[in-house]
Amino acid sequence: MLKTEIKTVLEAARTRGWVSEPDAKRLLSAAGLEVPRFVTVTDPDQIEPVAADLGFPMAAKVVSSRIVHKSDVGGVRTGIETIRELTAVFESFSRLDGFEAMLMEPMVSGLEMIIGAKMDDQFGPVVLLGMGGIGVEIYQDVSLRMAPLGNADVDSMIKGLKAAPLLYGYRGRQAVNRDELTRTLIRFSDFVMAAADMIESIDLNPVMCSGEKCIVADARIMLPPMDGHTAA
Amino acid sequence: MKETSSPSNGPLVQSRPPLWDFKRLFQPKTVAVIGVSLKRERHPANVIFNKIHLRYPVDVFAVNPGGGDLFGRKVYTSIRNLPRPVDLAVIAVRAEYTLDTLKDCIDAGAGGAAIISGGFAEVGRLDLQDQLADLARQHGFPFIGPNCLGIYVPGRIDTFFIPSERMVRPESGKVALVSQSGGVLVDQMTKFAEQGIGFSLGVSIGNKALVRELDLLEYLAADPDTGVIAFYIEGFARGEGREFVQAARKCSKPVIVLKSGKTGEGMRAVSSHTASMAGDYAVFSAALAQHGIVEAVNEFELVSFCEALSCYGEPIDGRVGIISPSGGHGALAVDICSRNGLSIPAFNQEQQNRIRADLSSSVQPIASLNNPIDLTGSATDIDFMAATEHLARSPELDAIILLLLPYTPEVTSDLSARLSRVCRRHNKPLIAYVPHVERYRMLIEGFEFNGVPVSPSIKGAVLMVKALKRNKPC
Repeated sequence: MLKTEIKTVLEAARTRGWVSEPDAKRLLSAAGLEVPRFVTVTDPDQIEPVAADLGFPMAAKVVSSRIVHKSDVGGVRTGIETIRELTAVFESFSRLDGFEAMLMEPMVSGLEMIIGAKMDDQFGPVVLLGMGGIGVEIYQDVSLRMAPLGNADVDSMIKGLKAAPLLYGYRGRQAVNRDELTRTLIRFSDFVMAAADMIESIDLNPVMCSGEKCIVADARIMLPPMDGHTAA
Repeated sequence: MKETSSPSNGPLVQSRPPLWDFKRLFQPKTVAVIGVSLKRERHPANVIFNKIHLRYPVDVFAVNPGGGDLFGRKVYTSIRNLPRPVDLAVIAVRAEYTLDTLKDCIDAGAGGAAIISGGFAEVGRLDLQDQLADLARQHGFPFIGPNCLGIYVPGRIDTFFIPSERMVRPESGKVALVSQSGGVLVDQMTKFAEQGIGFSLGVSIGNKALVRELDLLEYLAADPDTGVIAFYIEGFARGEGREFVQAARKCSKPVIVLKSGKTGEGMRAVSSHTASMAGDYAVFSAALAQHGIVEAVNEFELVSFCEALSCYGEPIDGRVGIISPSGGHGALAVDICSRNGLSIPAFNQEQQNRIRADLSSSVQPIASLNNPIDLTGSATDIDFMAATEHLARSPELDAIILLLLPYTPEVTSDLSARLSRVCRRHNKPLIAYVPHVERYRMLIEGFEFNGVPVSPSIKGAVLMVKALKRNKPC
């Protein structure tokens, strides 16, 4: 039962105020979204066997309950090709404040998108789709809809983006798989409806969208303040 | 008049009966004005009593506990002592007396009330208005306000405490406007009157302690006198926005919303990109569009949208044909259309040839018949009729903008009525631009009386077409 699973994970994260990337990805995967295979390591000796299993190129991210925005503190490395690089990355992550573990996963490619959710005071759960990556708030190319979403909502959200032509396969690039993107958004919207009274907002950023799949490469779930209702 | 504070501090949505009975409240035949003053001649309640007494086809009674005589008419000591129950009680007593007064109204069998009095949530006394709402809810007794101007229905009732000679009133028509602010309502009424847009109902709901936007949306959706429902909204209570947009989607009439407080946020630190980009107004605006509600971003749009949608209710795609006797006007209209997401499809040679064949001999060789059509300053009635007829028949166009410059020497004053009938016959929305000066009145009315909206500016005409396009979920 998804709802029970959501509740267990979210309750456990209440005091921290947000759900860590590994836990968030486990929840999303249970909700039917694609996430990369990942392993968290706490000891440099674990790196080699995990790398052999997952394969290069690889991404590594810091896991810490004190670090919400990982890339702001140098806690995200991508395109790693060797064990030696991984060991060096581990070394530098372990010096970060509150270091708990290093998350390792194979690199996924595609167009970087953001899928998000927010509990709006007046309109309830809303879902966001936009162009993702670290520049999201610079470009602000996003569409918003009240959840739950239907197929027609997803179509109009995509059409509403300035960058929509990029998704259709701009200048010979591979088009994003529309069916996969639609499925991803609708499953996400169902997840948001199920979790609505327990969350404040969610960022899936980036979601790597290609001709085959939409894979959630990073995820963060923010929880409402402990004193009952959110003030948002 | 003070406005209530931000939506998130407002009261939660209470459970409510499915539909209030607003009939006696909005279509009263008998009215009591409670709280008239025998000491202050220009007391708001006196203004209300006086205007209803002198100008409206209803029986009106003045009430003040002291009794006596006002403008030569008897003042009753209580609503309980009136010769018969009234449909509408206008309550203008001090805030601390409103609860007892409301009890009296309910006991006396009134049909509803407009509570004009201030001194509630807007000054931190939410408890006082909650008591009023609780009492009214217990008895299924609808009231508007408090802290509002109340109700205006052309030719029927007016509870605004503004002397008649100071008010500009729209005539009877199809637009209902519900406003959280009394000041905005009065100001909009002036603009609607100037544009010749008629009202079915104007309501200032003030602190909306009991009757809120959603209740009025449900009532107006079923009201046969109302064709377009417009709202000025500052904010909703928790979860109320969701209910409102879902109800509006089910409503078969166009719903238009002007929202204020678009920028009153952004200071709050948020920890996710989504929360930062999905701010209160961004969500508000997206939720409206998703449910086919037309958002007017300013007062100018509100007036244009109401006028256009009271003439044409069917949503369109936004392909526009433009006709003008001036190349400059056509070019300006094209610019504004493209900025507003409307397209101007080109006409092919064959289409142009067919139009040209029907033009007058003087215009035939000089007219430019691509879209926009420039009939030149030599244009006659025949040329306007021919171009309009062709465009009205075209399945590739959703609407026609006609830029009619009455100083064109060969244009006669009954052309507008004839053009209107052409478009009505082909069921093609026609929007006209005519400079609004008194000497062109007959041309303007030739459009308006035939159901064609007229704007005094090119931009206004384009916005009217945009309204028809926006009246569609997206």
